[in-house]
Amino acid sequence: MSQAPSELRLLAGANDGPGLAAHLNRFGPMPTVEGKRPERVARLHGLIESSGLLGRGGSGVPAVWKFDFLARTNKPVIVVNCMEGEPASSKDAVLATRAPHLVLDGAAILAETLHAARVVVAVADDADPTASAFAAAIDERRDWRTAEIERPPARYIAGEESALVNWLHRGASLPTFRPTKPSYVTIRGREALVHNAETLAQLALIARFGASWFREAGTTAHPGTSLVTVRGGVHQPGVLEWNPGGSLERLIDAAGGLTDGFGGALIGGYGGSFVGPQHLQATMSHEGLSALGATFGPGIVVVLPASQCPVAEMARLVRYMAGESAGQCGPCAFGLPALARDLELLASAKTSHVRVDQLHARMAEIDGRGACRHPDGVVRLLRSGLAHFDQHVASHQQRGACAAAQQPTVFPFPASRRPR
Amino acid sequence: MKRLVVDPIRCDAFGYCAELAPELIHLDEWGYPVVERAITKGDRDLVTMIIKACPRRALLLIED
Repeated sequence: MSQAPSELRLLAGANDGPGLAAHLNRFGPMPTVEGKRPERVARLHGLIESSGLLGRGGSGVPAVWKFDFLARTNKPVIVVNCMEGEPASSKDAVLATRAPHLVLDGAAILAETLHAARVVVAVADDADPTASAFAAAIDERRDWRTAEIERPPARYIAGEESALVNWLHRGASLPTFRPTKPSYVTIRGREALVHNAETLAQLALIARFGASWFREAGTTAHPGTSLVTVRGGVHQPGVLEWNPGGSLERLIDAAGGLTDGFGGALIGGYGGSFVGPQHLQATMSHEGLSALGATFGPGIVVVLPASQCPVAEMARLVRYMAGESAGQCGPCAFGLPALARDLELLASAKTSHVRVDQLHARMAEIDGRGACRHPDGVVRLLRSGLAHFDQHVASHQQRGACAAAQQPTVFPFPASRRPR
Repeated sequence: MKRLVVDPIRCDAFGYCAELAPELIHLDEWGYPVVERAITKGDRDLVTMIIKACPRRALLLIED
């Protein structure tokens, strides 16, 4: 048995390459799944629960909830969510190319414990390196070749759980309405257990090294390490394995430091929330950020340089998100473009036509009214931005657009859907 | 008591519900219904009526 990794866990020894031999050398073999199904389920339940593992896809809910909900189903489908719909995120690609077997180990222990019908690895149709990395890894696993790779469209919404399952079910990358929670999502009559790739990779480490080892990193409420993609105004953008509980300033230092001052940051992706210039000491964990009304989300931090215009950036983000609406629900299909128009006006011209109280009234009518949480994410982003950049917003209203509004964005957008 | 919800995917903003039950539902600026409050026993006939009236069958009573 190899040593339990310490500082770096998921990304430990990744310089040896992603192959199966290097993987086994690095982490040792997975413990075998033994006993009758009730025993297997009880054992894995106990392990996941005591680890305190939170879903790494953005919701941050305990992974044990999903496991328990599916524990009684017959031959579920295990779906590995590597859709990476958030344009600023790269962690699925990093896991695929550096530790694909860890992700597959996590899927395998769930599949064996729950007698899964099949395992599906979902990779967006524009992410060929991720797909071929998983294809090569699956091919290496002689013991376990049941995983299939599926390629849903590369859209923001395509990785949303119900949209992903809907695509696997009938080829429509559209969220479904699930008014009761929790709710099953099914693929051709079989319940689906959808987990983010990182959640499964963490599970593979927990299965090997135990729950108390897992809790040696992170905080009580956010145990274990977390992958974070850091971008924007930092010298070394990329994916870091983060020890939750440290400050945003430490995270920025780990990403090479600030390039041009700190004007705030968007945390949790394009449906996440801004923190303001005063929040450099914010605690980077689920509970630390929720104390600020922000969210850790799927581990994304885009640093806003001090010279950047936050109003123009919000306008671009909301315009992009409006374009990524599936267009199924009125409040999202009409509400998000209306918000985007308001913000573009505010960003570009001296105007008394866009009042902050009207933006809030409009957001109140959008929040919570879609089948999925897409519009809610946009409302969260905009509410947080209006709160933290209120002085900049006021100066746009009084004096018109600032010079910085013309600067290119620091936010990555897919080339074909880049806002003005 | 059950919860009255709008299936936002089915709803196509015909607006019959708000026309028939303004005390329960208002329309947003794009014509889509917002359920304003929890329903009570006294609303039963009204709720049955608007559920039947919806041409998109977008109003649902959900047991939580």
